[in-house]
Amino acid sequence: MKVLTANRLIDGEVVWYGAAEAWIETIDTARLARDKASEEALQNVGKAALAANLVVDVELIDVELVGGRIVPTRLRERIRAAGPTNHLHHGKQARPDFVPVA
Amino acid sequence: MYRYDEFDHSFVQARVAELRDQVERRMAGEITEDQFKPLRLMNGVYLQLHAYMLRVAIPYGTLSSRQLRMLAHIARTYDKGYGHFTTRQNIQYNWPALADIPAILDDLASVEMHAIQTSGNCIRNVTADHFAGAAADEVADPRPYAEILRQWSSVHPEFSYLPRKFKIAVTGSTRDRAAIQVHDIGLHLKKDAAGALGFAVYVGGGQGRTPMIAKKIRDFLPEADLLAYCTAILRVYNLNGRRDNKYKARIKILVHETGAEELTRQVESEFAHLRDTELKLPAADIRAIQAYFAPPALIARPEGDEIVRLARLDSKGFAEWVDQNVTTHRHPDHAAVTISLKGIGEVPGDATDSQMEAIADLAERYGFDEIRVSHEQNLILPHVARADLKAVYDGLVAIGLATANSNLITDIIACPGLDYCALANARSIPVAQDIARRFASLERQREIGELKLKISGCINACGHHHVGHIGILGVEKKGAELYQITLGGSGDENTSIGEIVGRGFPPEELTDAIEMIVDTYLALRLDASERFIDAYRRLGAAPFKEALYAREAKAA
Ligand code: SF4
Repeated sequence: MKVLTANRLIDGEVVWYGAAEAWIETIDTARLARDKASEEALQNVGKAALAANLVVDVELIDVELVGGRIVPTRLRERIRAAGPTNHLHHGKQARPDFVPVA
Repeated sequence: MYRYDEFDHSFVQARVAELRDQVERRMAGEITEDQFKPLRLMNGVYLQLHAYMLRVAIPYGTLSSRQLRMLAHIARTYDKGYGHFTTRQNIQYNWPALADIPAILDDLASVEMHAIQTSGNCIRNVTADHFAGAAADEVADPRPYAEILRQWSSVHPEFSYLPRKFKIAVTGSTRDRAAIQVHDIGLHLKKDAAGALGFAVYVGGGQGRTPMIAKKIRDFLPEADLLAYCTAILRVYNLNGRRDNKYKARIKILVHETGAEELTRQVESEFAHLRDTELKLPAADIRAIQAYFAPPALIARPEGDEIVRLARLDSKGFAEWVDQNVTTHRHPDHAAVTISLKGIGEVPGDATDSQMEAIADLAERYGFDEIRVSHEQNLILPHVARADLKAVYDGLVAIGLATANSNLITDIIACPGLDYCALANARSIPVAQDIARRFASLERQREIGELKLKISGCINACGHHHVGHIGILGVEKKGAELYQITLGGSGDENTSIGEIVGRGFPPEELTDAIEMIVDTYLALRLDASERFIDAYRRLGAAPFKEALYAREAKAA
């Protein structure tokens, strides 16, 4: 399973491409690609968003579902999805609505 | 310290205007990321894991209070209230928005600072001994020469597209605190028999994937020939350095593949053409730059000894801090103070906006308005009267920066690692925090003595792990963090590259392993005066391997 991630051009904020076809700031409602065809569709979305100068560093990343929630496979992507592990009040994890994956 | 002249001011302002225009065009979609990336990198703007990162140059690590206050202002206004001081004597901001970068650079320019050449394949910020101008063991202040090199290398047309980045470090003492032997060029300022100033020149040191110790290619280069000789080195490198493979492009590989003797011959032959050209430094020009670095007018403050003596009796904390963080000054009534940015459990090298402001105040009041950034990620007040040490200490206690651990095991260098860095394989900061907590007892740290522990989150070695007495390198193995330990590295006048001791450790076993190494040392050292590095050099890796791995070897 994969999701599409990037950094927003203007402020570098980590974003994912959402189920509702917009770039979103938390991973929870990212659009999941469960097969090759939907991966390709996501990749095309990424290319278009890069060309439209909305985002940079676009990448398709591996994720798993843990208790129904999207969790990136690599630690790097888990840290991007939450924020620095040494500064728990910075990054996504600082948001009032952020719920850590248990 | 050096002050911008009109040319410097207009040059930096023009660069800010240029980047502002580029940022605007980028945000308007007129230029693509591929076009923009090299432009932003030329101005120190990276994209990291969570956000953009801005790396600001602090030439030879020297700051005035006004400049440090501006760094605090930037941290507060455009970032999340802190900055990270790096092993290259720079400061990095972890969260600026791209749209704010031009305004940040305007603010920096207003205090004669910028972010030019903090990235890219050019000559980077020239680093120097953080005790320059203050150290008792110094022949002369190396910073005027670093400034001359900075001016010469700034947007140098011939050397702006080198095969790879290029780092120069300068020291003016025999005791090398600038790690010159692991730089592309290392310069050791010294005097010849006649008392004239010049340099021993080292070339081809470096860390990263292929660590190498620099080769000394000149024992004495007269100061007037500094630019001619460096130009000769850079020319040979620019011409022959490898551009086909990023990992083989640094000058260390060229030196290694060519051989030091042949490379010296090439450099000397180029130098022969250059030495009597306009690159020769007129003595008057050198003296003019030196005038900017004239030492502060230190007056006799003989009451200091008695004040310190009484204050020591009064406060154990002060006494310990003086023992550990205060360094002998060339003036007997003064001292150089190390402000440890390594509080137990804190992030090595981080300082908050209000801490930076408080340090700026202390420097203004007690330190002749000067602050240094050390490559060991601490801040320094280079000139403090001993009579004022207690006041400085009290000021540091108030902001939580009076940790008395300079040169001890918790004075850890750690790169940003996987908590921030896009290139990282593993985290560095939590590792440093965990080790610091384990060795939190100052009594125990002092019992262990001088021990340099350095951590990098990937093989790029920004955390200098290769030259740590104990080095830790984070790698990724099967999707998890794993840490390799190296022993016996050193980044001083007796530079050595650490050796990998054996298989790596997962994060939860790492601190135990470090403790095992330290305990092994304590059990085997001749006496308390034999430092870890000396004991390692005497004993070799065997007892440490035995301690770490013997049980599993028997089980196998
Ligand atoms: S050593 Fe690697 S992980 Fe650490 S800052 Fe440098 S590039 Fe990033």
